[in-house]
Amino acid sequence: MSQIEGEKKLDLLITGVGGQGAILASDIIGKAAVISGLSIRAAETHGMAQRGGSVVNHIRLGANLGSMIPKKGADVLLALEPMEAVRYLDFLKDGGVIVVNTQPIVPVTVTSGLAKYPDIQEILDVLSEKYIVKAFNADELAAEAGSRLAMNVAMVGAVSGYLPIPKEILIESVKALVPQKTIEINVRAFEMGRRKVEES
Amino acid sequence: MTTREYMLGNVAIARGLLEGGVQVATGYPGTPSSEIIDTLAARKERDYHIEWSVNEKVAMEVAVGAAWAGVRSVVTMKHVGLNVAADPFMTLAYAGTKGGLIAIVADDPSCHSSQNEQDTRRYAQFALVPCFDPSTPQEAKDMLPYAFEFSEQFEIPVIFRPTTRISHGKSDIELGEIPTEKSAPHFEKLLDRWVMLPKNARPRHTHLLAIQQPMEDALAESPWNSLELKPDATFGVIGAGIASVYAKEALQELGLEASFLKIGTYPVPKKLILELLETVNSVLIFEELEPVVEEQVKMIAQEAGLPVYIMGKTGGFVPREGELDISAFLEALNKAFDLDVEPEKGTISLELAPRPPGLCAGCSHRATFYSMRKVFGKDAIYPSDIGCYTLGIQTGTVETTLCMGSSISIASGLYHAGEKRPICCSIGDSTFFHTGMNSLLNAVFNKANITVTILDNRITAMTGHQPNPGVGFTVTGEPTVEVSLAELCRAMGAGSVVVVDPYNLEEIQEAFKAAKDFEGTAVVIAKKPCVISVKRAGTRRLPYIVDPEKCEGCKQCVKFGCPAIEFDEENKCAVITALCSGCGVCAQICKFDAIKEVKR
Repeated sequence: MSQIEGEKKLDLLITGVGGQGAILASDIIGKAAVISGLSIRAAETHGMAQRGGSVVNHIRLGANLGSMIPKKGADVLLALEPMEAVRYLDFLKDGGVIVVNTQPIVPVTVTSGLAKYPDIQEILDVLSEKYIVKAFNADELAAEAGSRLAMNVAMVGAVSGYLPIPKEILIESVKALVPQKTIEINVRAFEMGRRKVEES
Repeated sequence: MTTREYMLGNVAIARGLLEGGVQVATGYPGTPSSEIIDTLAARKERDYHIEWSVNEKVAMEVAVGAAWAGVRSVVTMKHVGLNVAADPFMTLAYAGTKGGLIAIVADDPSCHSSQNEQDTRRYAQFALVPCFDPSTPQEAKDMLPYAFEFSEQFEIPVIFRPTTRISHGKSDIELGEIPTEKSAPHFEKLLDRWVMLPKNARPRHTHLLAIQQPMEDALAESPWNSLELKPDATFGVIGAGIASVYAKEALQELGLEASFLKIGTYPVPKKLILELLETVNSVLIFEELEPVVEEQVKMIAQEAGLPVYIMGKTGGFVPREGELDISAFLEALNKAFDLDVEPEKGTISLELAPRPPGLCAGCSHRATFYSMRKVFGKDAIYPSDIGCYTLGIQTGTVETTLCMGSSISIASGLYHAGEKRPICCSIGDSTFFHTGMNSLLNAVFNKANITVTILDNRITAMTGHQPNPGVGFTVTGEPTVEVSLAELCRAMGAGSVVVVDPYNLEEIQEAFKAAKDFEGTAVVIAKKPCVISVKRAGTRRLPYIVDPEKCEGCKQCVKFGCPAIEFDEENKCAVITALCSGCGVCAQICKFDAIKEVKR
């Protein structure tokens, strides 16, 4: 197995806003990794920061030691929210891949006039200078699949092509982790997200 | 055939307790420790007693009772919880145990969700009690059955100290067997052990000191410490707990030949440290927070007369605050050897809006704080406490937060100091049951003229919705007595006690006015279930909407600070988003009758 692990090492960072389902997204990948025989280490944001704050999850596929990705160590960044893609860029390798949902969530600091939300196009332009960027509105895509709540699963689908885990196993993991009644919608969202990046 | 599962560190810890044959599990919720009890409680088949206790001291004492009856018990808490439980704990070290007793005390380096970042290993030293410091979730799970055995072998309580990155890390975990046979409880009346009169305490202290060396020897042989001596290495690294995996990974990446000592238990394995020091010229000690290992290494080197150059917190190589990571190890190496391994830094700079955590849309605390501020004004003093409501700092009604239960006592102190401004403090239901009750009793007894607001959202929300004595059910969902906060406050002598609905602004503001005018200790209980509980229970309230025709763009509703209310600058009109949970408070704030409930 160690040989497989050596070939299948990948550090993935998932960022977003508390309540968007970043933990479920990492659980889908984590469970699938275990099913496919990969070792995995992950670190999550719980507690105080979850209440609408900025959250970041580290996922290290094929890792045997710590769960924290070093600075400039991540191969792929999956951002469930555009501004949160920028906040943790420190962790991404030069030339790394960013899969980003373009639907912003405006923080209270902006609605109350204390800060400005950067222009989405400007965010994408800046990201594209150094990284490979796959951007689309995952909230709308999820709505098309049947529910906006499936946004996180659509994003897992979108990033799935970069993961050293077979698609079928990821879908198996989606089915095991989402509420029974929403399996169909979530699998559809996964497929649509995957296609979106494949076709881009 | 082994079974591997993807698990949260705290779930792995719960599993380790099961594999160790736990029979009584207690605790008080606190990030990052809470999911251990939650996980044990959620199991369908349980052959153990489990409870959320009212505070850590009580939780510790219940676990002690069980261990004195000869069964294996565990008590869980966050690091600051041990301050509350320190009284029983320090003397328990003298008395010892019969059944194995593990105090799981989760540290939070970097204060991710805490008011300080104290290092529990210091408590272990202070109490002369062994401490286990896991480096991965797998090791955490594997350590626990061993810790039970160890506790029973030496008849001493042990500390198990995960940190945030262990408790809230995830990993594939190889599972072990859960034993089916357990000890039958039997309390042996060993009065010289269980009655800590001075004449009994003195010999127990002597005994505690006498077992230090045997405990250290046993731990040095345990699998949690390991020494790898590289034949030609003149440089050594000592990594403790989770910091050891960061150091290990960095050394592997760099391909650096260094001897490596991984430490996972305290008292530290002096034998292994000495063995390392004898073979190297310099050693870097990498541990989070306090220089616990480092101080020991220095003493050992000095006693053995070894001229080894010791680096760590000393010399500023490793920071004494915050959590460590691979970058911190590289920085330390860089400082030590002038290597060109400067950790990489990102370069993109784009002005980002901060995104601090805040109260949810429809949170009753926001409504209570709004009315409190309206009635008491900006001159009043607002001591507060520990819970979700601490996030209400933006509302201008959280002006002190020290520790659990302190709001009422600090308010009393401010009053007795001679402050003439009105004083209105706030405390959550669970925090009130935890240690706020004592403070209220003291305030009443010593005639503090203050207003105490109990933010009763019917749950311990911040840590993940654990029950408390006010909610009417236990950790396993079993019905139990629902203790009335109002009756409790009256019984403790509060002169004025009212229960109000914080979503009804007129009602709560009337109550605050009366409390402000009241001579003595007045209590206002703002009672409303947490919006998250309401959502989970499947209750759907109708959302609200702004009528753009009536909206004057005065922004009064926006200033309320609810995340569901935004402002459309183009049309100069407030907008309510899909986050609305239907509390209806903004509709009462609007002076132009522009906010209405959506018709079904």
